[in-house]
Amino acid sequence: MYRYSEFDADFLRNRVAQFRTQVARRIDGSLTEEEFKPLRLMNGLYLQLHAYMLRVAIPYGTLNGAQMRQLAMIADRWDRGYGHFTTRQNIQFNWPALRDVPDMLAALADVGMHAIQTSGNCIRNVTADHFAGAAKDEVADPRPVAELIRQWSTDHPEFQFLPRKFKVAVTGHADDRAVTAAHDIGLRLVRRDGALGAAVLVGGGLGRTPMIGKILAEFVPMADLLPYLEAVVAVYNLIGRRDNKYKARIKITVHETGIDAIRAQVNAEFAARKPLFSGVDQALLAEITAHFAPPAFSDQGVGGFAADYAADPVFRAFVDTNTAPHRHPDYTIATISLKAHGATPGDCSSAQMRLIADLAAHYAHDEIRISHEQNVVLPHLPKRHLKAVHQALLGAGLATANIGLLSDIIACPGMDYCALATARSIPVAQEIATHFDALKLEHDIGPLKIKISGCINACGHHHVGHIGILGLDRAGVESYQITLGGDGGPDAVIGERAGPGFAYDQIVPAIERILRAYLGLRMGRAESFLAAYRRVGMEPFKAALYGAGGAEADAA
Amino acid sequence: MSATVTPKVLTANALLEGDVVYLAPDGGWTRQHDRALLITDAATAELHLLDAAARGHEVVGAYLADAKAGPKGPEPIHFREVFRTRGPSNYAHGKQERA
Repeated sequence: MYRYSEFDADFLRNRVAQFRTQVARRIDGSLTEEEFKPLRLMNGLYLQLHAYMLRVAIPYGTLNGAQMRQLAMIADRWDRGYGHFTTRQNIQFNWPALRDVPDMLAALADVGMHAIQTSGNCIRNVTADHFAGAAKDEVADPRPVAELIRQWSTDHPEFQFLPRKFKVAVTGHADDRAVTAAHDIGLRLVRRDGALGAAVLVGGGLGRTPMIGKILAEFVPMADLLPYLEAVVAVYNLIGRRDNKYKARIKITVHETGIDAIRAQVNAEFAARKPLFSGVDQALLAEITAHFAPPAFSDQGVGGFAADYAADPVFRAFVDTNTAPHRHPDYTIATISLKAHGATPGDCSSAQMRLIADLAAHYAHDEIRISHEQNVVLPHLPKRHLKAVHQALLGAGLATANIGLLSDIIACPGMDYCALATARSIPVAQEIATHFDALKLEHDIGPLKIKISGCINACGHHHVGHIGILGLDRAGVESYQITLGGDGGPDAVIGERAGPGFAYDQIVPAIERILRAYLGLRMGRAESFLAAYRRVGMEPFKAALYGAGGAEADAA
Repeated sequence: MSATVTPKVLTANALLEGDVVYLAPDGGWTRQHDRALLITDAATAELHLLDAAARGHEVVGAYLADAKAGPKGPEPIHFREVFRTRGPSNYAHGKQERA
């Protein structure tokens, strides 16, 4: 993984020292909240519903054991003994006291971590495929490009005051686990005639006005990528709207200007900027790429893996559901579910963090990933160690075999924590998971992505859930809207709204009606919910939800 | 004369802990909704809001929230304000653990 230089370490220490004096001046009354707020937001510190919240960046979701252990220490010492992994591969601490935050940031800096650009109208933490560098059939590891963008965008003088926040995601695999089409810029690494480059998507995003990104360039060679990105952000910086917060994201700029006109402006900007890039970026990229060289994979075979797989049904279920093919035949990618039935999606206790850190260090080349689906990944796990890892996970409540299934729900913090939320998300996720676990229908239903947001900002990615749930405030009552048929993969689709919303105590029965309808109409187990929806459309599900013609009756 | 309005409490977050607080009848801050000052006319409410804005070294983000009189004191009306009186629903953290 990327190794911080002395320059990086000094930079972080200086930022912490700066923020420490800002906090002191806020507490002694020298700074008003109006003056302090932008300063705290630049350091990832929000004021939420019940407390402050510190959002820490985990660039492209990559951590080592020491970093994970430090997150556990921070959770115990200054928070409530847990952290919440988010849909942007970050971690949030929900209960810090203002006075302690500089110490928390100093502890993060000790392991090369920070909270810079996790808020504000700047280029945010760059996300990437959580199987990066490990997945079978990968075009290239996306993380060197993500790290290059992180370094370029951190404190970039031109881009500290963009019209609105700006999110970049990179994938190096045809499966697109990074939801690139729902980002301001999505990069898909591709090879053309053997040379590496990227397809550039622009103008994707969820939120109030959900849009799927459009292809801005089919192929940008690696050597041109950074000046090209700079041209895109520069064009947006100039023509992006600043008169209306809700129309300020680049998706609106692209929508209003037109993709062809944007492309022409970007090309002109690129032509002007390219000569200013001396090649330093390419030297840096080469250096960064060396940091991401794969670990030395061992050639000790798979040990007793096959026998354990045959003998132990619990282990077998875990292997079948929570592992993915690795580039090395003797290895696997193991996903550790943070979605035990009834647990808060994405929450991880300090004890669990330490166990994961130990397992990664002992068995799996000391590499850990956080997925945007709010799970933890051991990307390089030899199959011969999988049984031991599974045993250890079982003892810590971390062995739930549900990846990609109904209870592997994405949920934003919602109105249990977030000051922007209009309804709760977490308890809805908890109740769906426990309800279907009791019915023992989860494995029968098969692959299904349920995503829940507690407001239209869509941090829970509900638009791209096969079943999306959006919590709203309807005349002082929590109300949940359902969308169906969304998909965050390579051919991303925004889900379609099913009809009027459901009250808090009616949302779980509504989801059950949808899924019983699916079980009744699918063409065998091989037809997933999404495939069935694409075949039959909305009507059968609408009928299941509202009864024949019932959709109009209780329209809100 | 002020128009008849829904009664209000003045609420904010404490500067140091971020904890939810309410303006109390003695002019201090209380953590308990039922010990808050129930404000029944609009002009007084606006004055209290201005006063809270000037006390930025104590609290952040002051606003007026609808409330009603109850047997033990003011009660919240909107569900968001109900959640703010106790804390999150997934753990017994926040105010509810001290209740």
